[in-house]
Amino acid sequence: MANFRMHILICGGTGCMSSHSPEVHKNFIDILGKKGLSKEIQVLKTGCFGFCEQGPIVKIYPDNIFYVGVTGQDVEEIINEHVIKGRPVQRLLYVDPMKKSPQEEHKDIAFYQSQVRIALKNCGLIDPENIDDYISVRGYEALGECITSKTPEEIIKIIKDSGLRGRGGAGFPTGLKWEFAQKSASDKKYVICNADEGDPGAFMDRSILEGDPHAVLEAMAICGYAIGADEGVIYIRAEYPLAVKRLQVAIAQAEELGLLGDSILGTGFNFKITLSLGAGAFVCGEETALLNSVEGGRGEPRVRPPFPAVKGLYQKPTNINNVETYANITQIILNGPEWFNSIGTETSKGTKVFALAGKINNVGLVEVPMGTSIRDIIYKIGGGIRGGKKFKAIQTGGPSGGCIPAELMDLKIDYETLNAAGSMMGSGGMIVMDEDDCMVNIAKFYLEFTLEESCGKCTPCRIGTTRIYEILERITKGQGKMEDLDALKELGEVIRDASLCSLGQTAPNPVLSTIDYFYDEYLAHIQDKKCPAKACTDLLEYVVIDEKCIGCTLCARNCPVSCISGAVKKPHHIDQSKCIKCGVCESKCPVKAIIKQ
Amino acid sequence: MSKIKSLDELRKIREKVSDNTEVRITGESADRTIIAVGMATCGIAAGARETMSALLSEIEAKNVKNISVIATGCLGYCYAEPLVEIRPPHDAPIVRYANVGAELAKEIIDKHICEGTFIEDAIFNRGGSN
Ligand SMILES: Cc1cc2nc3c(=O)[nH]c(=O)nc-3n(C[C@H](O)[C@H](O)[C@H](O)COP(=O)(O)O)c2cc1C
Repeated sequence: MANFRMHILICGGTGCMSSHSPEVHKNFIDILGKKGLSKEIQVLKTGCFGFCEQGPIVKIYPDNIFYVGVTGQDVEEIINEHVIKGRPVQRLLYVDPMKKSPQEEHKDIAFYQSQVRIALKNCGLIDPENIDDYISVRGYEALGECITSKTPEEIIKIIKDSGLRGRGGAGFPTGLKWEFAQKSASDKKYVICNADEGDPGAFMDRSILEGDPHAVLEAMAICGYAIGADEGVIYIRAEYPLAVKRLQVAIAQAEELGLLGDSILGTGFNFKITLSLGAGAFVCGEETALLNSVEGGRGEPRVRPPFPAVKGLYQKPTNINNVETYANITQIILNGPEWFNSIGTETSKGTKVFALAGKINNVGLVEVPMGTSIRDIIYKIGGGIRGGKKFKAIQTGGPSGGCIPAELMDLKIDYETLNAAGSMMGSGGMIVMDEDDCMVNIAKFYLEFTLEESCGKCTPCRIGTTRIYEILERITKGQGKMEDLDALKELGEVIRDASLCSLGQTAPNPVLSTIDYFYDEYLAHIQDKKCPAKACTDLLEYVVIDEKCIGCTLCARNCPVSCISGAVKKPHHIDQSKCIKCGVCESKCPVKAIIKQ
Repeated sequence: MSKIKSLDELRKIREKVSDNTEVRITGESADRTIIAVGMATCGIAAGARETMSALLSEIEAKNVKNISVIATGCLGYCYAEPLVEIRPPHDAPIVRYANVGAELAKEIIDKHICEGTFIEDAIFNRGGSN
């Protein structure tokens, strides 16, 4: 085969696919075909590049040119100018808001400069539906080395020495977990991959599975060999159809080549992997509820101990790890534990993938070494706060985590520092908040989530989260009392201590951390009946500033409940008893005479 | 496809499919040499497409690694096209060859790239860096 001189990679992650990257892909194939260039130039779909804010992304090798926001109409120009004549299309390059100049190569883009890619190494580099691409980057070699020349004990030692800890939430040392499962004697054991990913706003695991599914399959097989299991199950939510499809394709390809299935690489080691589709309940990401769900039972947690390593799926010893945890395994085997543990902090080694969301310029997926500061993530990689607003807090750890205030921006992120700050690593969601976000309201949002997702098996979680939510609702309506703050703390402590699983145990975190760091905001709601961020609608009024009003009647004509009156060219007036606080008048007023207060 | 029966066989397959991603991995490398061929209207009219093919086939024939061949726009010396620019890594100076036909293209790979000896009488000019 003659080599392709040029490779055109189009992002095939869920984000870019929904902004029409399939049309871009199709147009490239069609137009190159018409011009007789299909033999010289390869067009392929890859996994997520992480720069979701700027999608659809197109990357062209070997020139290494990175295009953003590409539409189907742009393809002809890219082909005529860049592919044929070697002139990159300037208007489609990313313009760095700080440097103000177009950046050709992705490594010149600040978003990528502080990133270190281990778990996402192949995302955006290979075609996830082509096993040859994976093999060409040393795919399945780690598994091959393990099953031909390493004992299970040696593998477990490598993982232990690497310092890898679970990326799914609690940060438990992975090598130790494997050792527990290995030491549980049994005729049958299981390996499970937790791909439930229930945190609102998180999409790390989905992107790994969409962009590099074989890396997870290979790691599960290595784990199977290490603990003595011959069967693996990936528990993945049905809301991830693309990841499910890529996994199915990958499993079929690996089986066809004898890299999964019976006697892998002729060694006599058998390992098969099946998928189990979840219905998307948050609690089913908790490992014991997950086991029940895979078995076909209700998604309710079990009492631990016994831990899954002793009695897991169908009561057999089971190792459960998160997608991203597995995604690090092959790299650790290939590059050695010393390489891995040279990255990161004292207690937390390697990197962490975060899904950056909220009021930040560069929404997307980033992988940074443990120990990177919140400041670097927000300003260097994230490109700062949207609309030049003031950074107020960052929420990490999803519904189980807490809000870290701007004062702690220089905190170097690892498992321990986040816990000490009243939050947690969780699976890697990061929601950035600015001055317009009300922290009481945010706490209420998360409690509403846990309240709905509580499975109801234990009382502290079922009733406790309901009571907390009711109190927060009262406070945001201006009906809070000072005693409520004590009640919230007391309830929080009881729920934390008495709940059966971590869903309940961590549910009060968003409330407790915001009371700690944003006490003034709670006070303002309770004592002054005001919401300083002007987000709680019950605590604000829209009013007309008479001196500014020009009496144009636009507000009155657009008000959906007709509560604005006034004569033409005379100041208008809003009837507060009828106002529904929709904000239409404020946005219609041509002279900014209507304000929220 | 039949099943892979040993780790050695897997490694052989890797060699065979290494072309799949080589262009991409080299594209990310900081140590690669870039060969840029002027492919604007002037370059193409002077035969730059054949030049590029000759460069690519010689690179494949000699199994040269860590090298990227790219198209570039008009270099401003249309009378000297096809122009070929060798951009070494780490800011070493660029060398430009003029009127590069298929023969000279082959020689550039064999002498300049593989042996490190410049083909002095074909050099158009030097200087500048990446
Ligand atoms: C309510 C709840 C939801 C969870 N959701 C997930 C999840 O979506 N994905 C995940 O990997 N772990 C989740 N976990 C953590 C798992 O229980 C378990 O610790 C993890 O899968 C272990 O893998 P790791 O050691 O590789 O992190 C959740 C835990 C709780 C309490």
